[in-house]
Amino acid sequence: METGIRLGLTLAQIGAVMVAVLLTVALLTLLERKVLGWMQDRMGPMEVGPYGILQPVADGLKLFFKEDIIPAGANKFMFSMAPILSLVPALIGFAVIPFGPDWTIDVGGVDFKPFVITDINIGVLYILAFASIGAYGIILGGWSSNSKYSLLGGLRSAAQLISYELNVGLSIVGVLLLSSSLSLVTITNAQAGGFWNWYFFAWGSFPQAIAFMVFMISSIAETNRTPFDLPEAESELVAGFFTEYSGMRFAFFFLAEYGNMILVSCVATVLFFGGWHAPLEILQGPEWMHGITGIIWFAGKVAFFLFLFFWIRATLPRLRYDQLMRFGWKVLLPIALGNIVVTAIVEYMFPT
Amino acid sequence: METFVFFYFASIIVLTAGFVVALKNPIYSALALLVMFFHVAGLFVTLHAEFLAIIQILVYAGAILVLYLFVVMLLNLKREEHFHGQFIVGLFLGCVLFAEAVLLVLKGETTLGGNLPDSAAPMELTQGNTESIGELLYSTYLFPFEVASLILLVAMVGAVILTKKGILEVKG
Repeated sequence: METGIRLGLTLAQIGAVMVAVLLTVALLTLLERKVLGWMQDRMGPMEVGPYGILQPVADGLKLFFKEDIIPAGANKFMFSMAPILSLVPALIGFAVIPFGPDWTIDVGGVDFKPFVITDINIGVLYILAFASIGAYGIILGGWSSNSKYSLLGGLRSAAQLISYELNVGLSIVGVLLLSSSLSLVTITNAQAGGFWNWYFFAWGSFPQAIAFMVFMISSIAETNRTPFDLPEAESELVAGFFTEYSGMRFAFFFLAEYGNMILVSCVATVLFFGGWHAPLEILQGPEWMHGITGIIWFAGKVAFFLFLFFWIRATLPRLRYDQLMRFGWKVLLPIALGNIVVTAIVEYMFPT
Repeated sequence: METFVFFYFASIIVLTAGFVVALKNPIYSALALLVMFFHVAGLFVTLHAEFLAIIQILVYAGAILVLYLFVVMLLNLKREEHFHGQFIVGLFLGCVLFAEAVLLVLKGETTLGGNLPDSAAPMELTQGNTESIGELLYSTYLFPFEVASLILLVAMVGAVILTKKGILEVKG
C-alpha cells in the first residue's frame, strides 16, 4: 500500500515536471525566434495565430507528420538509438532540481516532498554525470548517418564536450566548498535570507561571481549554442551531426538541445542565485505562500538565464575551432582552478 | 529481492563484458562497455555507495569512453579483424585465470571471506558517503593517494612532452 502511494506520487510528480519542461521547450522555440527578431529589428513569426503565438503547434505538427528518412548506408540501429540517447539525459537531470521550498507533506503515511522529485545527497554529481552521457547521442548520431558532415560535427562535438565538461565541473567546486554539500536542496537552503547570501555574492566569504561566469560560458558550450555551436555550424557543416535526420528523430535532438538549456539554467539558478529564494525576505511573502512565491521566483530566474542564451546568440559570432579549444583549456580552466584555490583559502581562514 | 537485483546486475555485467571482447565492430564494443559501466554503477548503488556509482558513470562512461569513441571514429575503423586472431590464446588464458579464481574460492574460503565486511550487518553510516570517502583518503590512505596523484601528474607531463614536438629540441 505504502509502496503504491509512493509510486503514484512520484509518477505524478515526474509527469508534472515533464509536462512543464516540454511546454517550456515549445514556448522557447517561439520566444527564441521572437527575441532574435526584436533584437535584429524584425517581428519574428507572425503568421500562425495572433502575433504568431501558435507557431510551436504548427512546428510540432509539421515535425510529427514529416517522412522519416534513414539514409542509405546508415547504421540503422545506431541511427535510431542516437536521438533517444540524446534526449533521455537532457530530461533525466530534472529529477534532482528543487523547484520550491523544502516542504515535507504526509500523504497516507508516506513522506512526500512536493517541490523536488528526489533529494539525493549527490545531486550535483548526478546532473554532471548525465550531462556527460548526452555526448553519446551526438557522437553516435554523427557517426551512424554515414555522411561526412555529420561525422565532422560529431567529432567536433566530442572534443568540445569533453573539454568544457571539465570547466563546468571545476567551476561548481567553489559552491560545493561553501555549502559543504552535494545535495541541491541543501545548497538552496544554505542561501536563504537575502540576495547577499546567494553564492554569486556570498557575503562574508569569497563571492562565486567568477565561477558563475566560467560556469555559464562552459554551459553554453556544453549545450552547443552560439557562439560555441561548432558541432552544427550551418555555414560549414550544413547542420552538423543531425544533417541526415528528419521528422520525429530530428525533433528529439531539438527537444534535447532546449531541454539542456532549461536544465543548465535551473542549475545556475540553484547553485549561484539561491534557487527559489527571493532577493529580499519581504518579497517571499508569509510562510504558507512560499510554495507559490518560491516557484514564481525560481521560474523568473530561469527565464532570465534562458533570455541570456538568446541574447548571447544575437550578439556574438561563432568562434573558430582552435579558438574554442584554446579558450577552454588556456583561459577558462586556469580561472576555474584559481577560483577553487582562493575559495578554499578564504573558507579556511574565515570559516562561516 | 537484494539477491535478485545483484544477480541481475552481475549477469548483465558478465554478458556485456563478453560482448566487448567478442563483437567485431569497435563501436558496438564501446556501447556494450557503456551498458556494463551503468550496471557496475548499479552494483555500487545496491552497496549504498552512491558516490562511487556516480563517479563511475561520470569518469568512465562520461569521459574515458567518449574519448575511445572519438579515437575509433577519427580513425574510422569499420571492422577490426586483427585482434580476433588471438581468440584461442585468449580463451586459454581466460580458462586458466577462471580456474585460479575457482581454486582460490574453494580452498582459501576463510581468508578470502574474512577480509570482507559482514554483509548481513552493514556499517552504520553516521555521515554521508562522500564525506567518509574524503576523510579516509586524507587520513588513512593519504600516502597511497598522494603517490597515485603524483604518478598521474608525471603521466600527464609525459603525454604533453611526447605530443608537443619541439620542446626537447629547442632546449637541447
